[in-house]
Amino acid sequence: MSTKSIKEMGWDELVIGAAVYSFEGTINYNVAEVLPEDRHYAETNSKMAYVGDWRVFKPVWNSELCIDCQNCWLYCPDTSIISRDKKMVGVDYDHCKGCGICVEVCPTNPKSLLMFAEQIKNEEALTQWPEKTKGE
Amino acid sequence: MNKKIMDIDSVEVWDGNMAAAQALRQADVDVVAAYPITPSTPTVENYAGFHANGYVDGEFVMVESEHAAMSACVGAAAAGGRVATATSSQGFALMIEVLYQASGMRLPITLVQVNRALAAPLNVNGDHSDMYLGRDSGWINTCAFSPQEAYDLTLCSFKIGEHLDVRLPVIVNQDGFMTSHTAQNVITLDDETADKFVGPYKQVNAMLDFSKPVTHGVQTEENWHFEHKAKQHAALMASTKVIDEVFAEFEKVSGRKYNRLETYKMEDAEVAIVALGTTYESAQLAADKMRAQGIKAGVVAPRVLRPFPLEELAATLQNVKAIACMDRSAPGGTVGALYNEVCGALFNTPARPVVSNIIYGLGGRDMTIATLCEIYAELDKDAKSGKRNGALQRFVGVRGPELSFYNK
Ligand code: SF4
Ligand code: SF4
Repeated sequence: MSTKSIKEMGWDELVIGAAVYSFEGTINYNVAEVLPEDRHYAETNSKMAYVGDWRVFKPVWNSELCIDCQNCWLYCPDTSIISRDKKMVGVDYDHCKGCGICVEVCPTNPKSLLMFAEQIKNEEALTQWPEKTKGE
Repeated sequence: MNKKIMDIDSVEVWDGNMAAAQALRQADVDVVAAYPITPSTPTVENYAGFHANGYVDGEFVMVESEHAAMSACVGAAAAGGRVATATSSQGFALMIEVLYQASGMRLPITLVQVNRALAAPLNVNGDHSDMYLGRDSGWINTCAFSPQEAYDLTLCSFKIGEHLDVRLPVIVNQDGFMTSHTAQNVITLDDETADKFVGPYKQVNAMLDFSKPVTHGVQTEENWHFEHKAKQHAALMASTKVIDEVFAEFEKVSGRKYNRLETYKMEDAEVAIVALGTTYESAQLAADKMRAQGIKAGVVAPRVLRPFPLEELAATLQNVKAIACMDRSAPGGTVGALYNEVCGALFNTPARPVVSNIIYGLGGRDMTIATLCEIYAELDKDAKSGKRNGALQRFVGVRGPELSFYNK
């Protein structure tokens, strides 16, 4: 495969039909068994693109409250919840669109994920966490 | 090759629909997805019959519309299979959005198009308005003028579109009813010869190739769209070489020779008719009659409408004095497309013939030999006087007072 970036390619060098490859090289192994950080993503894989600027509100994760239930990881429509060995690790802000679904499905009280305005720093957001609410 | 071989005679009596269906069967297509519409219905019906009787190993998919038919074709082609469908007129119009997807995604698909008028008023008969509708869709467009040619060109279409230097979808046009429902002798290839000619399908970026995961149908904005369209056009233009090669190979197996531009008695012609479809054959008979009267008449027909044989056309018409470009499609507020193509081809060359535009045959209105002879007689007048004697654009065969435009 060409090592030239797609950004420098002329019409004659592009892959026909704007087909985009997911990985560099041939996949003769089980990709599911390789951690994302060890995969050879192709330049054209959306993993390599930053699309975080679409977001207005972001989910902030509070590790003190999290019970690692994996609900957020399961429900995120953009695979932007990072989890390793069934432990919540954090949010992939390069790809998270700020839809708030992860917050919605988080079962703890108070929630371990909450939406904050994009410009608020995470450290600051963590100081504004609400108290546990008493159920009726 | 399909497991079950069909025993066919070396000469069969087939109409254009049966000829196309047999070619699809012999090409061992992996997926045919279709929604039958008059007058192409029997192409699909015959194929479904072959499938039901075990002569087709591939899948036959019934869908809910032509948009769905072409969408299923795009999906199956992207997955990595040889794919075909058939349609006409309104069905073709409904496919249009997906036709651009197919060519832009560089998926070789064969579309048997039995040409028919576009509504309104609703009309099931043959004209070229659907053919013209697809002109800019980025598909290779070939034109069959008889059942034999429908058979031959459908077989060739796979070899052309699937070639690694091309990878573009191909439309094989034939006139509704005049070709599609007129049974004629068709010289056949046996299943094995046809299979060997078409050859095995070569996958490119197939979605079912799990060793190279790939996404098709992506979005590109101002940063890449232009480059991809440029590449697509370059491939379409370069397909002329492959088309010539495939036609030459086909001649070797069949003895029948096709050219991107077909000509009849053009070597010494002084007046010429440029036409598409069955009119090409009728015009040949008219040309012979005119020649008996001492008028040097010839006929020209683009066998391949896209990529357009612009240079070949210009070369053929260099010594012609008067030309009638015959458009069988309502021109929609200007001259007919064939007129524009011919004049555009000639403009940067020394030739300065008198060129007129005839609109004819809409909705299946017959074009007779007698009328073609009259057109030649008009051309002869133009040729002798060195100028146009009638209007630039004339409607021929329409009832009512003479209808013509651009009279100055
Ligand atoms: S906000 Fe939406 S996109 Fe972002 S991590 Fe949560 S679920 Fe995923
Ligand atoms: S849903 Fe809430 S508790 Fe469960 S893993 Fe995600 S952040 Fe932690």
